[in-house]
Amino acid sequence: MKPLSPALRRLLALSRKESYQIVRDPSSIIIAFILPVLLLLIFGFAVNLDASSIRVGFLNQDAGREGARFAAALAGSRYIELVPARSREALATELAAGRIRGFVILPPDFSARVLRPGATAPVQVVADGSQPNTADFVASYTQGVWQTWSDQRAQDRAQPATAGIDMEPRYWYNPAAISRNYLVPGSIAIVMTIIGALLTSLVVAREWERGTMEALLSTPVTRTELLLSKILPYYVLGIAAMLVCLAVAVWVLDVPFRGSLVMLLLCTSLFLGSALGLGLLLSTTTRNQFNAAQAALNAAFLPATLLSGFVFEIASMPAPVRAVTYLIPARYFVAALQTIFQAGFVGPLLASDFLFLLLSACLFLGLTAWRTRRRLD
Amino acid sequence: MTDSVSSAPAAIELDHVGYRFGTTVALDDVVASLPAGVITGLVGPDAAGKTTLIRLMAGMLKPATGHIRVGGLDPIADGGRLRAVLGYMPQRFGLYEDLSVQENLDLYADLQGVVGPERQRQYQRLLEFTALAPFTARIAGALSGGMKQKLGLACVLLGRPRILLLDEPSVGVDPISRRELWRIVSNLAGEGITVLWSTSYLDEAERCAHVLLMHAGRLAFSGRPQVLANRVTGRTWTLAEPPGGPRAALDRVRRAPAVLDAVIQGSRLRLVTRAGAGSLTVSTLGLESGTLAPVAPRLEDAFIDILGGGPSPDSSLAALLAPVTLPGATATAVIEADALTKRFGSFTATNQISFRVPQGEIFGLLGPNGAGKSTTFKMLCGLLLPTAGSARILGLDLRREATRARQRLGYMAQKFSLYTTLTVAQNLTFFSGVYGVKGAEQARKIAAMVEAFGLESHLQDAAGDLPLGYKQRLALACALMHDPAILFLDEPTSGVDPVTRREFWTHINGLVQKGVTVLITTHFMDEAEYCDRIGLVYRGELIATGTPDALKDQARGAQHPDPTMEDAFIALVERHDAAHPERAAA
Repeated sequence: MKPLSPALRRLLALSRKESYQIVRDPSSIIIAFILPVLLLLIFGFAVNLDASSIRVGFLNQDAGREGARFAAALAGSRYIELVPARSREALATELAAGRIRGFVILPPDFSARVLRPGATAPVQVVADGSQPNTADFVASYTQGVWQTWSDQRAQDRAQPATAGIDMEPRYWYNPAAISRNYLVPGSIAIVMTIIGALLTSLVVAREWERGTMEALLSTPVTRTELLLSKILPYYVLGIAAMLVCLAVAVWVLDVPFRGSLVMLLLCTSLFLGSALGLGLLLSTTTRNQFNAAQAALNAAFLPATLLSGFVFEIASMPAPVRAVTYLIPARYFVAALQTIFQAGFVGPLLASDFLFLLLSACLFLGLTAWRTRRRLD
Repeated sequence: MTDSVSSAPAAIELDHVGYRFGTTVALDDVVASLPAGVITGLVGPDAAGKTTLIRLMAGMLKPATGHIRVGGLDPIADGGRLRAVLGYMPQRFGLYEDLSVQENLDLYADLQGVVGPERQRQYQRLLEFTALAPFTARIAGALSGGMKQKLGLACVLLGRPRILLLDEPSVGVDPISRRELWRIVSNLAGEGITVLWSTSYLDEAERCAHVLLMHAGRLAFSGRPQVLANRVTGRTWTLAEPPGGPRAALDRVRRAPAVLDAVIQGSRLRLVTRAGAGSLTVSTLGLESGTLAPVAPRLEDAFIDILGGGPSPDSSLAALLAPVTLPGATATAVIEADALTKRFGSFTATNQISFRVPQGEIFGLLGPNGAGKSTTFKMLCGLLLPTAGSARILGLDLRREATRARQRLGYMAQKFSLYTTLTVAQNLTFFSGVYGVKGAEQARKIAAMVEAFGLESHLQDAAGDLPLGYKQRLALACALMHDPAILFLDEPTSGVDPVTRREFWTHINGLVQKGVTVLITTHFMDEAEYCDRIGLVYRGELIATGTPDALKDQARGAQHPDPTMEDAFIALVERHDAAHPERAAA
């Protein structure tokens, strides 16, 4: 066997040391594997449980056959418990009181407009936006019922499926809405932030606090070796956690994954680059575990949760806040994840996300390298 | 001052070296040359600049002024070449506590490029050297303090350094391991390796070939320790059978114009006279009886001489306090530990510790870090519940009446436990308030403490910014706000300079004369001399109790005609281990 070069031997020795520390510290394992699964299950099932049966008001102003048949289709959905009403005012009262989560109104000319070839038929769907998840279900299930119904109808009549009916869902009280298929990919971004920034924010600081950094610096170790030995093990840990997340998302939560694994690995790697860079930068600068963790919480975790578009839609934020989101790597990662999970490969959409992730990875890793000194002062 | 007698070639040259942290001057114009192939002791109290000086030599810091040459190399400019010949062991050596002994060795061997057959040779040599061979699979965090230091040393020695910088290697190490560590390092010096050994224990420096004495960022002395001790030759005495006991006599002796410094040493006093004071008699001391005898000078005597003598002999604090009166029932023993046992999982921190302390006594728990002193202490203040046995304060069982007991108890924790961001005044108000001192009584009490401890000019300063001596005064003031009958002191003077330590003990002696009972923990052998009685704690057991003199008597023999407290400790531990061979192996 060819002997290793001294530099490579040092890097391997340090990485091995770091890996032992990860494996022997139960908190790293909990953060890397248990926490992600919990997070996914919370987001996945909390939404699922809500959705089993929603009370939706219904007002049919149409006297025709088509209206009655659509009403029957709605009533047949296992997600919707249809509550018939006499007037629009009655529906509004019920909604305000929280007895129904939304309502559907068929206009008087519904049958006539459906039957007219090439024309559009308006259906009004109103949802209670104060509970955005539920509101989204009202809209999407109604839409789903409509879709099935019109496809079925077209099939029966041997017509093309595009009946040209125009659905206009409107969410009252809160224009934003969220679905599970958005949430689960988004929560992967949170998990990567926790591992990349929060966990690594502790590791360099820990070496300073325990005095091991001084001992390392008095050996021939170089700055690059020192940094790589911190990045590589945590990168591997991050990728492993991401795969666990993916497995849980696809197999347990039935979230569709339409993109390629390679794309997912690529964009996770880029994001981990910036998260690890930020974590190490904070750790290197503060040299104190408590301060580093506080800083990571504020600089990485909170922005990733609040400003990445993962929970709160960016489009609905005030303009100055919206401007800030452009500076947050998690925003691009969440967007890329949602694209990869739901749409598969959409070149131009992903390209800009990847570009920004690459830039921020370079920025944070570069800053860390710049801030890492071989001396104490 | 510099001793020009040192003629060996210099391994390390310090040429007008200075360093500052922001505006604080950490080192000021240090000029010294360290001889090659011997152990140089770098000695001084905490914050004297020892660590900064070592870091400068190791190339970890860049000097603000001056030049350093280590083995002929500049630590910054020739950093790469220096690291090949330099071994640097920082304070609390950077071992990875979650890695095993062997994994730590492997890591440092890889980092220092020690490979192939050479690596096995080094492992064998160092494991034998440090007697760590049976423990290679043990996780470093589970090693004793002494073993950790030996492993740290082994990791540094893997690269076969020619120059070895050791920053406080004996901190947290029991006296036996400390001697062993010293033996190992002496052998290295015998092989021609240059060693710098930093320490806050002056007695350790006495064994070095060369000494650098630091104080407040300045080099107070550089040269052979004998030369330093010679400053006070003919001026050091002991006074046996002092009239009225050592504590009362100390008070009087320190007022004698000829006396520069006086401390209690068991039942005797140790005195240093002023330069030119001439021969000492009992009457020049202002005493009516006692037996004076000259003794060999120590480095601490010389250090006190350099610093200009001990502190004022008056404790204005004691004058302020009313005598402690206790109900008759508790007069026999105010502190009682009865078979105190504490287990943390499978680890026994203390095993069947029993002792009684009568009113007005200073009782010291002496032992290395991790021996079980603090655990015993915490059970006696009701902060920890004993697994078995009982603890009583003034007859109150801490299991049931901890709150009532604590009301009569003052506690000064290690490193002072002050609120560093609060001002002196706020700390005093807070601590008095916590003990239920309120209203006019509180104001009166605070004013009295401020006056007694001379805190007036610092009232609005943040406690964290105070000089060490003032921090200590403030911590003591806070512990005394509620007129406690018992005072618990946890390592109160570790790392402080000798003058500050003497000032502290002046206050404690004053309190004891008012009837306060004091329980103190220390790993500092010298400090034990101030106690009336000592309990030696070793691996969770109280292996001996007695007056300092009685304990020292037990170690007296051909090898140690005049044993120190440390000799006594080692002898008693060895005797204990011989009697319990099964526990000694652990």
